[in-house]
Amino acid sequence: MSNSTFKITKEKEHEVRATDAMCINESQQDHQWYYNLKYLVTGVLFGIVFVKAEVISWFRIQEMFRLQSFHMYGIIGSAVLVGMLSVWLIKTLKIKTIHGEKITFSDKKFNKGQIYGGLIFGLGWGLTGACPGPLFAQIGVGATVVMVTLLSAIAGTWVYGRFREQLPH
Amino acid sequence: MLEIIKQPWPWYIAGPLIGLTVPALLILGNKSFGISSSLRHACAACLPAGIPFFKYEWKKETWNLVFVLGIFLGGTIAAHWLTNPASIKVNENLVKELAVYGITDFSSMVPTDIVSWENLFTASGLIMMVGGGFLVGFGARYAGGCTSGHAIMGLSTLQWPSLVATISFMVGGFVMANWILPIILSL
Repeated sequence: MSNSTFKITKEKEHEVRATDAMCINESQQDHQWYYNLKYLVTGVLFGIVFVKAEVISWFRIQEMFRLQSFHMYGIIGSAVLVGMLSVWLIKTLKIKTIHGEKITFSDKKFNKGQIYGGLIFGLGWGLTGACPGPLFAQIGVGATVVMVTLLSAIAGTWVYGRFREQLPH
Repeated sequence: MLEIIKQPWPWYIAGPLIGLTVPALLILGNKSFGISSSLRHACAACLPAGIPFFKYEWKKETWNLVFVLGIFLGGTIAAHWLTNPASIKVNENLVKELAVYGITDFSSMVPTDIVSWENLFTASGLIMMVGGGFLVGFGARYAGGCTSGHAIMGLSTLQWPSLVATISFMVGGFVMANWILPIILSL
């Protein structure tokens, strides 16, 4: 394969990255690799909360979908409220990152994938009792067989990417 | 203090802490909270296969892979040092329902009566682990995000497409848990 087919224009790349929940806000500063350690620490704290609040429990998710417990609704609801309040504060007070850069937000565009994909994701969530975050934490607590589920989720992601153009959006 | 931490945490402690991940990632480096993207980066890094959807500079998203590595480590730390050995207390009706399908072990985060290496190649085990994982990965990318990217980050920034996605997640989950899962568990 020639080198040019791998070349992607900057606009194209931005478009590809923006179709996702991933971050398209790039830092203009050069960061050393160890700057990523702060995300490791955030992830560790987040993972501990996941385990301690039993968010990663298959049983808690089953309770949620059977309306047998308020626990998960309380967690998601209060997390969203705190998130909303934080984002509002960041916007209002024009809070910057610890490196002094502007914090930016990008709007999500509606497409039918959010419905079709959402329903498919929901079916999977009800089966595995875990969305992607908890999968990592479940492996961490020692349920090693969940590695199979994670690999399968990566395979699902790949198959979506492969057939993306043929799917209705 | 450690004794208190070792108890299961109530929703009103855990929920706000999870919500704080949103401003934490923004303030640490202008990063949008989203976990399922890590699966896409894994594809882009390991098997891009010339697919346009995976042709981007995944190295710029290393932070996201480091973040999920942290979640894994957090799980290990919590399980080894911050936990009490008691089984999870779930709703009586769920206990009764699951007993019908032979699920009686509540000691793990997953139902080990089905989700275990021994049961990987039973019909229900295969559907739950391999099938469920596939649906999660495929659906999250099709929807452009998962519970973190849409339900938490998307709703926090008042994106109505994220509300559509979140409602779809819940509908799918209700259908699976109440009507399809019972069939799968009886296989």
